[in-house]
Amino acid sequence: MTLVGESVRRTEDPRLITGKGTYVADVTLPGMLFMQVVRSPHAHANIKNINVSAATSSPGVVAVFTGADIADQLGSLPVGWVLDDMKQPPHPPLATDKVRTVGDAVAIVIADSYAAAVEAAEFVDVDYELLPVVVNSVEAQKPDAPQLHEEAPGNLAFTWEIEGGDWAEAVKNADVVIQQDIVNQRLIPNAIETRGVVADYNPGTNQITLWTSTQIPHLVRLLFSLVTGHPESKVRIIAPEVGGAFGSKLYLYAEEVIAGIVAKQLGRPVKWIETRQENYLATAHGRDHITSAEIAGNKDGEILGFNVVVNANLGAYLSTFAPLIPTILFGIMLQGVYKIPNIKCKVMGVLTNTTPVDAYRGAGRPEATYVLERMVDRFAQEIGRDPVAVRRKNMINSFRNGYEVPTGVMYDTGNYKGALNKALEIFDYKAFRAEQREARRNGRLLGVGWSTYIEICGIAPSAVAASLGAGAGLWESSTVRVHPTGSVSVYAGTAPSGQGHETVFGQMVSSALGVPMENIEVHHGDTDKQQFGTGSFGSRSLAVGGTALHMSLEKVVAKAKKIAAHQMGIPEKQVELVNGTFVVEDIPEKTMGFGEVAGEAYHAKDLPPGIEPGLEATSFFDPENFTWPFGAHVAVVEIDPDTGDVELKRYVGVDDVGNVINPMIVDGMVHGGVVQGIGQALWETAVYDDEGQLLSGSMLDYAIPVAKNLPSIETDRTVTPTKVNPLGAKGAGETGTIAASPAIVNACVDALKHLGVTHIDMPVTSEKVWRLLDAKNKAHPRRK
Amino acid sequence: MVTSNFEYFAPESFDEAAALLAKYRDTAKILAGGHSLLPIMKLRLAAPEVLIDISKVPELSEISSNGDGLTIGAMATYYELSQSAAVQAAAPAIAEAAGQVADVQVRNRGTIGGSLAHSDPAGDMPAVFLALNGKVVARTRRGTREIASDRFFVDLLTTALRPTEIVTQIKIPATSGKSGSAYAKFENKASHYAIAGVAASVSIGSDGTVSAARVAVTGVSSKSTRAKRTERILIGKEPTASVIRRASDRAAAELQDDLTSDIHASGEYRSYLAGVMAERAITSAVERAG
Repeated sequence: MTLVGESVRRTEDPRLITGKGTYVADVTLPGMLFMQVVRSPHAHANIKNINVSAATSSPGVVAVFTGADIADQLGSLPVGWVLDDMKQPPHPPLATDKVRTVGDAVAIVIADSYAAAVEAAEFVDVDYELLPVVVNSVEAQKPDAPQLHEEAPGNLAFTWEIEGGDWAEAVKNADVVIQQDIVNQRLIPNAIETRGVVADYNPGTNQITLWTSTQIPHLVRLLFSLVTGHPESKVRIIAPEVGGAFGSKLYLYAEEVIAGIVAKQLGRPVKWIETRQENYLATAHGRDHITSAEIAGNKDGEILGFNVVVNANLGAYLSTFAPLIPTILFGIMLQGVYKIPNIKCKVMGVLTNTTPVDAYRGAGRPEATYVLERMVDRFAQEIGRDPVAVRRKNMINSFRNGYEVPTGVMYDTGNYKGALNKALEIFDYKAFRAEQREARRNGRLLGVGWSTYIEICGIAPSAVAASLGAGAGLWESSTVRVHPTGSVSVYAGTAPSGQGHETVFGQMVSSALGVPMENIEVHHGDTDKQQFGTGSFGSRSLAVGGTALHMSLEKVVAKAKKIAAHQMGIPEKQVELVNGTFVVEDIPEKTMGFGEVAGEAYHAKDLPPGIEPGLEATSFFDPENFTWPFGAHVAVVEIDPDTGDVELKRYVGVDDVGNVINPMIVDGMVHGGVVQGIGQALWETAVYDDEGQLLSGSMLDYAIPVAKNLPSIETDRTVTPTKVNPLGAKGAGETGTIAASPAIVNACVDALKHLGVTHIDMPVTSEKVWRLLDAKNKAHPRRK
Repeated sequence: MVTSNFEYFAPESFDEAAALLAKYRDTAKILAGGHSLLPIMKLRLAAPEVLIDISKVPELSEISSNGDGLTIGAMATYYELSQSAAVQAAAPAIAEAAGQVADVQVRNRGTIGGSLAHSDPAGDMPAVFLALNGKVVARTRRGTREIASDRFFVDLLTTALRPTEIVTQIKIPATSGKSGSAYAKFENKASHYAIAGVAASVSIGSDGTVSAARVAVTGVSSKSTRAKRTERILIGKEPTASVIRRASDRAAAELQDDLTSDIHASGEYRSYLAGVMAERAITSAVERAG
């Protein structure tokens, strides 16, 4: 039985698609109360007074809390990644004297029904003194800008720099240096399940239990304990089914702390389920870079240097991993797959009166890939060379034993031209260029865009991460417990939000032990069941968590083999586990089923000397390096010359994620990731007005991609296994998002480049294109 | 996302529904498909004290046609309209627009009567209804009146309906001779409402010139509005490509003081797009007129 490498159907799906999954919203406890959060409608204001009397006497209300009532028990939400000289202004879960973004929690209403809580919240009367507002990361750094926090003068949380080689030298030697302002717009993650918490307190045991929709149950437990002072051993975090996260459930959030403390105070369970509109305000956003990029190179296409200055909008407070995203995960990626000898990057982490910004699918790498891949195209256009030829000319050659890049990190294994070649096999570039020329003659605007990307996954080698600012280890864990009948329970430290871990880990167990899938249970997301684990993010679950599982499986097999050999009276080295049966070389009649051995391990009537009863193993894996997936994506667009509307006609993605356990699941992740990248390139954007009001405050105004606007996505792979882990797996959760946005924008610019267009900021809306067409194409028949 | 408290009635006859509405008047809202009303109630932008659900009132969703034209029950859903052979034959613009409304879930619930009574400034049905010179049949306990489309849309989210009236039918008059209708829409990528939508109905006389034309624009201003300058340019001329373009470019000419401008599109762009959509809708309507 070898299931690794097969597209096994997801074992999670029958329950999820028939409505039998248990999400936080499905958790109901006896005596449960409902929490409504009163949020600031203002982006920046002093709280003069909060009058809760009308709310308190509203029908069904059990209690109303303000920051003044419980701030001392709530502490300040912590930052889990601390850069050198970083300012860490306090982040109170419930505001006391000041609000700094629309959506800041100012009071909590607890009632015996959801409707009663919502109704009563309308009666909480807050007297605000309005303060000037700043929402833009460049404006916020100006001397006269409104100041958010005393602790961070100039609204600057940090300045982070990295340089490899010598940018000044590159400029001196280059034929051309091209500067381009580039905006990587703010995005809203939009997991289909919003956040939610059910908090329960047991006064007999002093245990607080939180059901919460999170990617990091153990880190939530750790941070909750640090913030509230409640002993970590008396906190249980359960992440039941999690309906999507994309990085947005990777933090300790205010509502988790508040619900836990309020449940403890009232001695009754408390439930809070985020509405979609709250989600847009109170769940972390992504991206939001205002960038100046410079690329230096020669007319033959050689790239000599790349210099990027970023104003990263972090929002009103530092979210848990916010400092990591625009710095390490961005700056060290800036040479991409190219031999660019001189790299320079400076990042200003800026606080503004907006929702906090943190990881969103790709987290730093999409921003890096976008600015680089856009600038490579910009450079090729400037020197009049083909963008694919320029990419190929600068690409790092294939390597198997590490490649050190100017930013100081070591890529693991790579074959970048291999991925590009595969994409060129699928997509006939030459034929397209001919079609494009013909189309142009007929007034049609066709364009093609490329993105040959690399990303950083398998997060992370803990010591390296710690040296860069990580406040926690980033290894992963597993326990494999074989039951006396031979069925198996796996306890994983990872915590999925839809990735299919139960299937993939099940395939690994089934392959290793020969146990059928239906006899394998994979458990995750409960801190009372699982050993400490870091969670699921950064495409780490297989590369790091899967390796921990692999290690436990090896230990289980080794022990079972000893027991089998002993019972069969055969030397251990002659025994082998084949498809669930221990067999002996040359003695076909000597066999022992894996389940039988498990039974013996527990019966313990005849174990080899020194072997403990039972059959289980726990492993912790800390990788020695990150993993570095890569690939080549290509997009074809057609622009309607009358309206400026961009139609995506074709999308081909070739990814190299190392070895693959379940191709169907990897394809699915690439599809989803690509769609999110397309969404950023063409439609999605979070827009604030000058008062700090989120104008794109619901799905009526924030454009989520829909199927009717998408082509069928073509995926393929090359396979260059990593040596960082024994699985050879690199990670596949974010590749599509990282690759897609630059491919699409490059295609849009390509469609218009004969008109002199060199750059369009995302999202490439029809009106932006129309204005470009209007400005560049006076001869257009509709212009008057 | 929870509404304010309200009382809910689901009458099983028209008379019962009309009596409830007569009793509660302004404090009540008629609930048809609910796809406009319930979201704004959940957002607490509307807080009616009473909802009168007319989905159990019989005979409100029938679609029929005869020599006088097409009669559509107010509760006919977008899906039913998009699939109806009678609609496709008599007023293809309705089927075409209904098939483009939002997504399949909305099309399965949302109704033409609800859309017209709600009068969303970017709704598809109001423009089509105007272009087809339709009439709303508005009924109370005491009687029935017909409201012509040109008098129906008063202002943003405001119609000529009186507080006690319930929309029961939409009537689309038959056209004489060779005629065709069409709807073209440039969609908001978030809401899927129209950034600019144009419905056109064109009749071609025996001499090959346009004998009648009605063109209406949605999404561009506070309510769906006829593009009368466009119509005037078309009427009496042979509908050549250049005539259609010249006429289309005036599609938003009368809306210049009332252009919608938001994060999705400037007024200038909406105004321009109205011209492009008008050209597409009129061209298609002329083709259908054969």
